[in-house]
Amino acid sequence: MKEIFPRIPSGCSIIGVFNRKAKRFSGADIVRAIRVMHDRSNGLGGGFAGYGIYPEYKDCYAFHLLYEGEASQHETEHFLEKHFIIERSEPIPTRPHPRISDPPILWRYFLRVKPHRLESFRGGRGAESRSSPQFCAVLEKTGERCDERDFVVEQVMWINRCIGGAFVASSGKNMGVFKGVGYPEDIGEFYRIEEYEGYLWTGHGRFPTNTPGWWGGAHPFTILDWSVVHNGEISSYGINKRYLEMFGYHCTLQTDTEVIAYLFDLLHRRHGLPLEVACLALAPPFWKNLDRGSGAKEELARALRQVYGSALLNGPFSIVVGFTGGMIGLTDRIKLRPLVCGEKDEFLYLASEECAIRELCPNPDRVWAIKAGEPVIGKLEEGVQP
Amino acid sequence: MTRTLIPPEFLVKIDHVRCRRCKRCILNCGFGALSFQDRIVADSSRCVACHRCVTFCPEGAISVERNPLCFKPNAHWTPEVIKAIYKQAETGGVLLTGMGNDRPYINYFDHLLLDACQVTNPSIDPLREPMELRTYLGSKPNSVQVETRDGEHVLATRLSPQITLETPIIFAGMSFGSISLPAHKALARAAHLSGTLMNTGEGGLHRELYPYSSSIIVQVASGRFGVNQEYLDRAAAIEIKIGQGAKPGIGGHLPGEKVNQEVSQTRMIPEGTDALSPAPHHDIYSIEDLSQLIYALKEATRYTKPVGVKISAVHNAAAIASGIARAGADFIYIDGFRGGTGAAPTIIRDHVGIPIEMAIAAVDDRLRQEGIRNQVSLIAAGGFRHSGDVAKAIALGADIVAIGTAALVAMGCRVCQKCYTGNCSWGIATQRPELVQRLDPEEATERLVNLLRGWSLELKEILGALGVNAVESLRGSRERLRGIGLNQVELEILGVKPAGR
Repeated sequence: MKEIFPRIPSGCSIIGVFNRKAKRFSGADIVRAIRVMHDRSNGLGGGFAGYGIYPEYKDCYAFHLLYEGEASQHETEHFLEKHFIIERSEPIPTRPHPRISDPPILWRYFLRVKPHRLESFRGGRGAESRSSPQFCAVLEKTGERCDERDFVVEQVMWINRCIGGAFVASSGKNMGVFKGVGYPEDIGEFYRIEEYEGYLWTGHGRFPTNTPGWWGGAHPFTILDWSVVHNGEISSYGINKRYLEMFGYHCTLQTDTEVIAYLFDLLHRRHGLPLEVACLALAPPFWKNLDRGSGAKEELARALRQVYGSALLNGPFSIVVGFTGGMIGLTDRIKLRPLVCGEKDEFLYLASEECAIRELCPNPDRVWAIKAGEPVIGKLEEGVQP
Repeated sequence: MTRTLIPPEFLVKIDHVRCRRCKRCILNCGFGALSFQDRIVADSSRCVACHRCVTFCPEGAISVERNPLCFKPNAHWTPEVIKAIYKQAETGGVLLTGMGNDRPYINYFDHLLLDACQVTNPSIDPLREPMELRTYLGSKPNSVQVETRDGEHVLATRLSPQITLETPIIFAGMSFGSISLPAHKALARAAHLSGTLMNTGEGGLHRELYPYSSSIIVQVASGRFGVNQEYLDRAAAIEIKIGQGAKPGIGGHLPGEKVNQEVSQTRMIPEGTDALSPAPHHDIYSIEDLSQLIYALKEATRYTKPVGVKISAVHNAAAIASGIARAGADFIYIDGFRGGTGAAPTIIRDHVGIPIEMAIAAVDDRLRQEGIRNQVSLIAAGGFRHSGDVAKAIALGADIVAIGTAALVAMGCRVCQKCYTGNCSWGIATQRPELVQRLDPEEATERLVNLLRGWSLELKEILGALGVNAVESLRGSRERLRGIGLNQVELEILGVKPAGR
């Protein structure tokens, strides 16, 4: 019989697995699942985000850093000591891997914000001189009040922008990102992902075409506890980036996906838009559909489009967004990239291909292709704490 | 002075073998360059190359050529310079001109190239997929508040007035007086039919345009011509005109002979008097004064319409724009030095101001640096020739582009630059009744609608090539532009990378 290969390897694999009851499971699962989508990546990037992996330090900001050399590490640690109480500092455990070469220095820190630093930040004095415009000043202009998370965002931006060779891979609480150059399954083995347990895992295999394959450019992209894995390309990157700059975010990682993480942080955390509404701003309905109605729903969508037009994510994308307590799957408005959703008991699965879901869950209760521009949002069950 | 030293700019040639002496050419020439003395005779010194006679000669017997009269070659003392000196030596006056700056300054639009998609960000076919050009004119907040009622998310923020534009192209301000009533009507109707806006300029609003109120920006200029409550109420938006690209820092002057009964009634000035709009508004000598006027107009219209400010592109346009945004304007209209005019001192038109490309880039940057970009819509104008210019202006940071000269050209204008004489043979920039009646408003409307449609379709093609399906994703997206043949400083001001990077 003639062999048929109906699958089109359209570049990049993404996956997310979430347990609504916050039951933790091994990172080995996510590696196993993404392995079956091997052909979607080309060995130039892979990575994972795990949530609930640091219960013993769940009140600390877990910073994962990539350093190109000791000088960058030294400068960054000096900077961190100035702004944070360092509860713990250690190398991120890895194992030598035959297909992972030339890794940067990988380090993690569990941090608490120094109260007096936060106070002076609120007074507009905390930011370093090289970081301008000062994040706090930006917040004042936009009428927002700075909180501790804004302080952390400012420090992350500063490290990425101002310390040569140092890049923050993740900065959220009780979560961490493990990424690098290689196939995702190799990256998983390299980082010993199977030794961690989390209630939410996302994964990415990269097939970079427009931007370089480098350790900082691998997915997930993060800010605080937002993490984003992405298949596609953000053709509106230029304006998304300039829009974010107005609010104090600086894109330094040479990859379009970076803007998505920052946009979620801006729209949901800072502007207080519910997740569904934030997704409506990022992948809005077409005007021709909105014009059919004039109710409260359309009024909201219209206003979002008017106000957040510069945040609209255009071009092909399917994304899985992880955050403390949940996961979002979203595609662009005309669904130029694949995303499949599956459910089984308290598990929610999102993946580029159904086979990845079935690798973990051979008989899901339900499997469906999510609709263009309509998010699938999984949240912890009521009363469940991550 | 008995004899002029100024040679004719053009030579009119009549082929008397083909000419049937129907005299149609004489009737068509608004400038009196043709007469009949046994046969058609041309006074070339009066010809402005408007081509009306050429177009309407049924035998194709007329041709107009540039006068090859040779001044001795000199790169510094060019024929234009010498002729201007002759003119001033003979008249002792200010040299006037119409339309926009025609000097060969660098055209930055022609040094910018747009990006296109290939494989990973696929291009989108606008013939098959929705492609959205809808744009909203008006101030937007930085964020919106959302309330959740019965599980439904509901908008809690009340947005300030927004005008829906189905294309990001509007018609620039051109006053009734400087252009004819049929031209004004055609602009209003075309805007209405195309879901966009026309701008009255500073000449008031003729009653015949009232049915198109929802598609009209009315202008409040220093002369306050035609400004009353009804005028403000009959508008979709109000624009305070401070400056104009063709003549920054210069007022307006409509000669008395153009002020006929209708112009007089519309402008609320006596018939036959010069309509002088002062260079400054005599109630605005500071940004606080401007703010007062903005809010006076908002009060007068019960905060139901966007109120904006038009300025010409000058060196510190960015700082001025920031002040205007903070003064409460809902939109800022910036007019570059190629912007047209009915009449301007040539020396001002050709030597004052900056290109709109630089102004957009500088203003957009400044407003972003200050975190107030959402507070205003940015309209750019000043010599837009085609949809490529429009796309590049939007990519540099403009929300909307206004076209004036291009709209006149669509109606038949040949850019002869003699608008200030009031003799427009095409019935556009004139109030002479026999010339005015030449412009059929129906036909002109159709031509304008077609132009907007054509440019809008091309904009959709460009968006599709860029792999985006909403104009918002092009707006300010300078990453999608590359400069070619520009130096580092110019690239920096424009905020674009050089081609190849």
